[in-house]
Amino acid sequence: MAAPMLRLCCPGRRWALACIDGCSRHRRGAPNGCTSSRKRGQSSVAQQPFITAQKPRKGEHEWAAVVGLEIHAQISSKSKLFSGSQVHFAAPPNSLVSFFDASLPGTLPVLNRRCVEAAVMTGLALNCRINKKSLFDRKHYFYADLPAGYQITQQRLPIAVNGSLVYSFCAGKNRSQVINKTARVKQIQLEQDSGKSLHDDLRSQTLIDLNRAGVGLLEVVLEPDMSCGEEAATAVRELQLILQALGTSQANMADYEIQRQINELENGGEILNETRSFDSKLGCTIPMRDKEGKQDYRFMPEPNLPPLLLYDTESLPAGADPQQVIDIDRIREQLPELPSVTREKLVQQYGMLPEHSFTLLNEVGLLEFFQNVMKETRAEPKKVTSWVLNTLLGFLKQQNLAVSESPVTPSALAELLNLLDRKAISSSAAKQVFEELWRNEGKTPAQIVSEKKLELMQDQEALEQLCHAVMEGHPQVVMDVKKGNPRAINKLIGLVRKVTLSRADPTVIKEILEKKLAS
Amino acid sequence: MQFDQSKCSVLKGFVTIKDGCAHVVPAAAVDLYFCSVSPGPCGGRLSTRTMLGRTLREVSAALKQGHITPTELCQKCLSIIKKTKFLNAYITVSEEVALKQAEESEKRYKKGHSLGDLDGIPIAVKDNFSTSGIETTCASNMLRGKGYVPPYNATVVQKLLDQGALLMGKTNLDEFAMGSGSTDGVFGPVKNPWSYSKQYREKRKQKSHCENEDSNWLITGGSSGGSAAAVSAFTCFAALGSDTGGSTRNPAAHCGLVGLKPSYGLVSRHGLIPLVNSMDVPGILTRCVDDAAIVLGVLAGHDPKDSTTIQDPVKPFVLPSLTDVSKLCIGIPKEYLTPELSSEVRSLWSKAANLFESEGAKVIEVSLPHTSYSIVCYHVLCTSEVASNMARFDGLEYGHRCDIDVSTEAMYAATRREGFNDVVRGRILSGNFFLLKENYENYFVKAQKVRRLIANDFVTVFNSGVDVLLTPTTLSEAVPYTEFIKEDNRTRSAQDDIFTQAANMAGLPAVSVPMALSNQGLPIGLQFIGRAFCDQELLTIARWFEKQVQFPVIQLQELMDDCSSVFENEKLASVSLKQ
Repeated sequence: MAAPMLRLCCPGRRWALACIDGCSRHRRGAPNGCTSSRKRGQSSVAQQPFITAQKPRKGEHEWAAVVGLEIHAQISSKSKLFSGSQVHFAAPPNSLVSFFDASLPGTLPVLNRRCVEAAVMTGLALNCRINKKSLFDRKHYFYADLPAGYQITQQRLPIAVNGSLVYSFCAGKNRSQVINKTARVKQIQLEQDSGKSLHDDLRSQTLIDLNRAGVGLLEVVLEPDMSCGEEAATAVRELQLILQALGTSQANMADYEIQRQINELENGGEILNETRSFDSKLGCTIPMRDKEGKQDYRFMPEPNLPPLLLYDTESLPAGADPQQVIDIDRIREQLPELPSVTREKLVQQYGMLPEHSFTLLNEVGLLEFFQNVMKETRAEPKKVTSWVLNTLLGFLKQQNLAVSESPVTPSALAELLNLLDRKAISSSAAKQVFEELWRNEGKTPAQIVSEKKLELMQDQEALEQLCHAVMEGHPQVVMDVKKGNPRAINKLIGLVRKVTLSRADPTVIKEILEKKLAS
Repeated sequence: MQFDQSKCSVLKGFVTIKDGCAHVVPAAAVDLYFCSVSPGPCGGRLSTRTMLGRTLREVSAALKQGHITPTELCQKCLSIIKKTKFLNAYITVSEEVALKQAEESEKRYKKGHSLGDLDGIPIAVKDNFSTSGIETTCASNMLRGKGYVPPYNATVVQKLLDQGALLMGKTNLDEFAMGSGSTDGVFGPVKNPWSYSKQYREKRKQKSHCENEDSNWLITGGSSGGSAAAVSAFTCFAALGSDTGGSTRNPAAHCGLVGLKPSYGLVSRHGLIPLVNSMDVPGILTRCVDDAAIVLGVLAGHDPKDSTTIQDPVKPFVLPSLTDVSKLCIGIPKEYLTPELSSEVRSLWSKAANLFESEGAKVIEVSLPHTSYSIVCYHVLCTSEVASNMARFDGLEYGHRCDIDVSTEAMYAATRREGFNDVVRGRILSGNFFLLKENYENYFVKAQKVRRLIANDFVTVFNSGVDVLLTPTTLSEAVPYTEFIKEDNRTRSAQDDIFTQAANMAGLPAVSVPMALSNQGLPIGLQFIGRAFCDQELLTIARWFEKQVQFPVIQLQELMDDCSSVFENEKLASVSLKQ
């Protein structure tokens, strides 16, 4: 089974604010504040607005946020959850729409095996209990990009429940202390994505693209165990990693949303349970859709889909058609290494700092890049880490490129680091070579080194002559050194390097200069 | 009457009728149910005319032996469809498609490569099954407005076509199959062919009523009334209905036909525009049990496009000949003896029980204690699913769309108000009420529990050794339209589904078999309910019963007389029926 089955799409978030009572360690003010503490967020299926038991007056006390999340991860599968239409990003509008997706009357859903496997795999990775029997339900609401008038989801009995997501972040002065936190996973459910509405305000038209309608989603519901946007963002990032995801997440949405809810509550408003999306242009979250005021989804069992039954090795019926059954134990065996384990291994194997292991994993493809460089170079892991995390990543970030788009291949970097390792070039020359490689003109590091004459000057005599010439040319600096200015020698070193076109090892230059100055 | 060659233009290429038989079915000449095609009373070559009165199996044999060609048969049926247009049985007549299919079929027969029993056989399909390239309306403005033409065939339609059947057209129904009279569709009510039968007319004359005959036509029952009328009036040999609460069996009983509702999960629902997904089953309407078995044999089996169909392979249906019923146990559910049951139906019911008993079968009274909750339970489940299923009709992807465009919501509202009739809107409204969060437990969940109890009633009875249940299909024979519409759709549906709808709740196979004519000369059918997936056993027993009762064939020559007088310019129509 291909490991990267899942990709995260716009996370819908669920927020709840708990007013913490007076004895709480969170207390920072008012002694007799609101005493209701509601830490449990609304479930994914909740329809009621979240209202605290007692509305506080403005400024009377402070609020502590609890953050729960509903994350919708688009399942990467060839076809949709209940139809044979292909799943492709950026296909021409309405080109991937089956009769079922367009809700033609008489069409029926047929469950996609791959999507079920993806859900089971995710459930296992998140330490969930996999329900051997799960059910599908219809969730009704009218919206132009929901052709059937309902979404098929798993409200009553989802495929996986009661898991946990362990996420860690680096804290402390040098970000060297790793802190582990756990968010409970309430449930994971399979459901359909909706289509897209494109509003043409000019002509007051709405255009509907159903390519996405019916694509399989995993809704991962995290209990409100996170206390700030950063925690939530870290948890989402960790989940993304676990899902071998592609997209990026908008961490700044988190704090904005908490503030919005605080303002709302302090102004006497009520927080409605709604899906909001982050608008990066406006810098705020906006309601994703008008869910018809007080929404009642009128849930109903989906009559066209029998209960979804899963098996383990023990319960697998004898002679069952392997195409018709899903064996949880088999999927468990195929689980790939999870990011926490990978990070642990990196620290163990390469003596890497924990924070570096995080960075390597956080960028998609970066770890693989690192490992490929490691395979081909004799350079120290520390050196490789530094080059990958500082130089390569810096260049990528600057140009806003993904690792896969890097013009410098792992082999090229490995070769470059080999040259450096055997002291054929200086570090600064290496940087220069890297820049050349980045321009991607099809040259190998060795070619660049020889063309640009970047080899380290091995000729001691020639170097001594150059040093001599520099000293001759800058008597004032020499005087400064002799007067005891310790920094002046650096200036001389720099001048020598300049005339050597940075090809000489600064330590060697220093040695020569010191010798000469002492004489 | 003279056979008028000059008016034969609609019957181009038609083989001249040579026999001298005067009626649609030669009087008492043919053993309708069991004759293999032996030369009929009219000589070596059977005429198309006698063919029409025959069963599917007989005509299939005649096709194989070359006594008749698919094109002849097709044209004959088309001409009858035209003549009986006033019955309003068809919404769409797919003449061109049928003729083309007939041509293809003819080629196959010439090569000796017929596809099977259904090759060249004219069939009709209720207009709530999707038919590729042929408009499908559900008798609703919602789909009819823009002329919804499905891009795909329902699995059952495809299976029939794959067997070479000729699709004559799409038959009338109550809007979205919601009704029990075939009176509440946008195309108007279907008239029961028995209204024009010799049998019924003679009885009426005896009573010397001088009412206007035309205003006293009878309903077909429903909601598959168009399909029932189509088969009953000899426009085709079999028709598909749908059965959610009795919609196939009820009109079958009123039109003197065999109406089969197979086990839920035996026949694919893919392409059937749903009423209640958890109860809908494609139904089969034929003139005899054998024919129903043939069609079921073609339709049954797993469909990858319908996850609720059974996975097990279905063997071809060949009904064994049952001669000895002494090992059978027939259950008579005592709860079905309701006060509303007409005395005539009641006495035929007990006569049937006696028949089994006299032939050695064990006939016992059984109890289905939750029967009385069935209707109200059905109402909740049905309307809830209806509310959900109808949500897709919003005017965006297909079907009717209103002119209002101030907002999407306003467009939805007006579209749905204009597209659905009162019955549909009423069911959507109550369904949504039952599904509201605050009502869900009290209504929907409770109804589901009751449904389970009802299903368990049947399990208990069948586990006690009962092979089939014998019940009435309807409370009485068909009533005149004017009588029928005195009650509203909901009341009628609740009354008329009383004996049939529990089988849908339990997913059991059930078949209505015509038994006898009432004092008024109208058909009365009885129902057999079998164990889940024992459809073949059920049909075997039904066939034995059918053979015993020898239900008379409808005599329609008067209908055709009327046609010719009513439709002056269609006089030529009578050609096919009289000579």
